[in-house]
Amino acid sequence: MDHWPFIVAAYGITIGATLALLGWSMAVMRARENKADALRKEHRR
Amino acid sequence: MHGFANPTRFLNIARPLTPWFLVLGLATIAFALGAGLFYTPPDYLQGDSVRIMYVHVPTIWLGMAGWAGILVAGVMQLVWKHPLAGIAGRAIAVPGAMFTALGLITGSIWGRPTWGTWWVWDGRLTSALVLFFLYLGYIALASASEEQGGTSKMAAIFGIVGAINLPIIHYSVTWWNSIHQVQSITLQGSTIDMAILWPMLVSMAGFTLLFAAIVLMRMRTIIAGVRIEARLRRMAEG
Repeated sequence: MDHWPFIVAAYGITIGATLALLGWSMAVMRARENKADALRKEHRR
Repeated sequence: MHGFANPTRFLNIARPLTPWFLVLGLATIAFALGAGLFYTPPDYLQGDSVRIMYVHVPTIWLGMAGWAGILVAGVMQLVWKHPLAGIAGRAIAVPGAMFTALGLITGSIWGRPTWGTWWVWDGRLTSALVLFFLYLGYIALASASEEQGGTSKMAAIFGIVGAINLPIIHYSVTWWNSIHQVQSITLQGSTIDMAILWPMLVSMAGFTLLFAAIVLMRMRTIIAGVRIEARLRRMAEG
């Protein structure tokens, strides 16, 4: 049995899911922190 | 530990640490997986399918380490009333669940060419699946009972009680007849040849750094959300 299709699938799923979680976590963090900063500046004015 | 109880002090440390963990984690993973795919030799028994271990072992390790983190956060929340403990527990839950799922999926993919089956209901596989369901329960409970961005006492207790599954996963291969091999890495040493072991350890270190970066990002997200809510409430009150 050729093992490489299984290896490619395992690496593909792991790398894809990890990068997706990383990208999502980073995007939500940036959006939330920017909003908090904007509100803080607005409140100071 | 209470020195970090102030969210501003915590953020002063978390903000510079996040990109370091992220870049170091990604670089270490790229190096380990590159070596695992193209440099290390195939195993004499498993053949090339041993290369799946370089993603399977780190992901299932993070699933278990993540719940150990939830256990510590739960104890810190209940015993010392640490204000960031509940936030840390919530921040760990989603990446912990995802890495447990990846551990189960990559283990299943490895099992097909090695054992001849995708899945068996033996002690190790079943207890790892139970860990995934525990994560789902914790996420639902923590989201439903959110308090100041953290978790309720009920979710913290659930996290502590759920940790009973960690030794069950660890010892399942010695307690019950299992198709899964017994522990290859123990405190006494390793039965894995160094040519295969080193990329696995490097990959574990890289995934752990990346996990830490993701947890810090999620903690920063929750803290920013709490601040937005507090600011909006103050603005509404005039």
